[in-house]
Amino acid sequence: MSNVLLIFAHPALESSRINKVLIEGIDQISGLHFHDLYQQYPDFYINVQREQELLLQHDTIIWQHPLYWYSTPPLLKQWIDLTLEHGWAYGSRGVFLKGKKLLSVITAGGSRKAYETGGSNQYSIHEFLRPLEQTANLCGMTYLPPYVIHNTHSIGKQDGRKIREAYHHFLKGLIAGEILPEELSHLSYANDLTPSQLLNNQ
Amino acid sequence: MADSLLFDAMIYLSAAVVVVPLAQRLGLGSVLGYLIAGVIIGPFLLGFIGEEGDELLHFAEFGVVMMLFLVGLELEPRLLWRLRIPILGMGGAQVVASTLVIGGLAFFVGLHWNEALAVGMTFALSSTAIVLQTLNEKGLMKTAGGQSSFAVLLFQDIAVIPILALLPLLALSHGGGGADGGDHGHGGGALENLPAYLQTILTLGAVAFVVLAGRYLVPKLMRVVAATRQRELLTGAALLLVIAVAVLMTFVGLSPALGAFVGGVVLANSHYKHELESDLEPFKGLLLGLFFMAVGASIDFKLVAENPLLVLGLVLGLLFIKASILFIIGRSFKLGLDQNFLFSLGLAQTGEFAFVLLSFIKQEGILPNESVALLLVIVAISMAATPLLMLFNEKVLQPKFGTLERIEDNRPADAIEDQRSVIVAGFGRFGAVVGRFLGANGVQATILDNDSDRVEVLRKMGFEVYYGDATRFDLLESAGAAEAKAIIIGLATPEENLTLVEVVKKHFPHLQMVVRSFDYMDTYELMDAGVLHIFRDTIRNGVAAAGEALKLMGHRAYQVEHYAHRFLEHDTKALRSLAAVRTDEQEYQNMVRTAVSDLEQQMRSDLGPYRTPQGAGWDSESLVEEYGE
Repeated sequence: MSNVLLIFAHPALESSRINKVLIEGIDQISGLHFHDLYQQYPDFYINVQREQELLLQHDTIIWQHPLYWYSTPPLLKQWIDLTLEHGWAYGSRGVFLKGKKLLSVITAGGSRKAYETGGSNQYSIHEFLRPLEQTANLCGMTYLPPYVIHNTHSIGKQDGRKIREAYHHFLKGLIAGEILPEELSHLSYANDLTPSQLLNNQ
Repeated sequence: MADSLLFDAMIYLSAAVVVVPLAQRLGLGSVLGYLIAGVIIGPFLLGFIGEEGDELLHFAEFGVVMMLFLVGLELEPRLLWRLRIPILGMGGAQVVASTLVIGGLAFFVGLHWNEALAVGMTFALSSTAIVLQTLNEKGLMKTAGGQSSFAVLLFQDIAVIPILALLPLLALSHGGGGADGGDHGHGGGALENLPAYLQTILTLGAVAFVVLAGRYLVPKLMRVVAATRQRELLTGAALLLVIAVAVLMTFVGLSPALGAFVGGVVLANSHYKHELESDLEPFKGLLLGLFFMAVGASIDFKLVAENPLLVLGLVLGLLFIKASILFIIGRSFKLGLDQNFLFSLGLAQTGEFAFVLLSFIKQEGILPNESVALLLVIVAISMAATPLLMLFNEKVLQPKFGTLERIEDNRPADAIEDQRSVIVAGFGRFGAVVGRFLGANGVQATILDNDSDRVEVLRKMGFEVYYGDATRFDLLESAGAAEAKAIIIGLATPEENLTLVEVVKKHFPHLQMVVRSFDYMDTYELMDAGVLHIFRDTIRNGVAAAGEALKLMGHRAYQVEHYAHRFLEHDTKALRSLAAVRTDEQEYQNMVRTAVSDLEQQMRSDLGPYRTPQGAGWDSESLVEEYGE
């Protein structure tokens, strides 16, 4: 069993194609706290103490956001800058995040192929996520392989629903302890876990 | 009688009006200007002032009383307490050392020891009027040198009391000490015939009365007077205050200047402080000007012409001795070189108290008349030389020695509080928010408000609010508008706001204005007046409330933030173009219509499907078109 804090950052959800679908009904999942950053802090004035308390109360932290210019939306960066304080999140006395799991859930317009050497984006998602990975490392957290949804420009309504179901299924498995972080560590993407593997675990 | 009074007034004022601006322009300062004006209308040039010069001197010294009252107003008790070491240390050292050295020299020249001591004490004192006025004018009051000068002058004013007590013991007098007590009112006053212990009790009682009245009675009185909303009555009350203190102090035989100073300090925390300051300032200035003119007129040039070398030698000798002693004191109290020059040259003259003492000596026949006349000339010339010495210090010494220690100038002043850099005019609901927010961020603003009841209440709540009409130039000036950086204007009506804007533009053009406006019309007027930072009363609040409603209806908070910015941006733009055409009614109405429909169109497109205002970077529509299925 683990409880999950899902930190969601999307500055233009109105024009979102996939994220809007992904988070439908997400706050119904028990054991998951859905935390919508742009809704909470539209003026970028972050309540650091509250954020740290939320982090303390959860074992697994998820950052879900679209990949904008190979990086996070600005408010998530602001959140990282302010919340992960020295002496709290890292440094000799910054031990409060030690042992927690961190998972990036990324949506990207480009295909998986575009994120390879020779593709239009040249580098893999993993390489673009290095700063986030090292952030987790410095705070003593385990950075899980990212959960990446590609081709968001081409996803239709039907596909969207399927993707959402798989995603919610994955989240529930994580919360229930049916998906163990160790099992994910050898994967490239967390969502490479095939449905059969998931079923076997159940 | 009345005619001659008016005629005299005309002479003095025209001399001042003609000569002082000229002196200012030449960089000599107003004090020297007044002195020169006095010389010109004095008996040796134009001859408008004759024997009555002495009387005039006594009358005009009331300016010194007022000045000390005003100095006291600027000096809160706790600041005075912080000055105690310079006052007692520097002041004490200066008075004792100067008395001994000057007295010693007089003794060697052949005076009897008690006469020598009297002369020593007389010449040890410096001129409060000249020094403070010059320092104020040059803006040097708050430097270390200015502070030290002030501390020494204050000690001297206190020292006058024991000196007066000593004089009869020196057998210079046969009990007529009060006979000449015109100036600082020195002398026994009316209590002379009472037993010593009763005199002491009454004297202490009078001081206690000044303190208590200042604390409890005066604010009540001022409030009653302020409630009448008659400006001249407030001025009258301010004058009454100072005169009453002076009369009381003279009555018990204390220096009225010192009493006025105490009264000022007691009222320094009062919210009528700036009102009192601006009411008394012109009187003080004119009386001091008169005083300086009288000093100038009293210089006996015939005597100088007869013994030029003797006079010159004595003046230079006196200045040299006093300056040297002061310099050593300044050094041992760790004044920097440039500050020490200011301190020691500034205080090197002899003070106005010498006029009294010398006429007293003359009356008693202690010294021959010629010697007294000579000494009087020396006193007057040493005073007149002070602005020249300051000028010498400024133009010759400082460029040579001052540059090395410039850092010291930046040191925060020790005692007199720095002028606050923001003025808040109007402390209604708007001003209260402004003041609180500034205060929360460590900016202590000077707050002005003209509702005496509200001021009273706010004071009790711990706000530092001053009573007065902020549209008055003189009140602004005493609130420190010349030194402040910004003024936040939020008075009760648009008309008052505009008046204040004009006053600020005219007199304090350096002051940044942040103005609250009420509706469109006065906003236009403020724009026309060139105000850059206008805050309309309700616009931001209305937008915020509507934004909250949008959020409740399901709009994303971050989008609402963008809508609000966009709305305000558009509204401000529209306002600017409307301001330009508002005198043409037809054009104005057309413009209003266009502006409204523009806005509606914009808002519609804001709310259209998949539209993110200002957010094209996050808009995936074109991407979908290009790369999608």
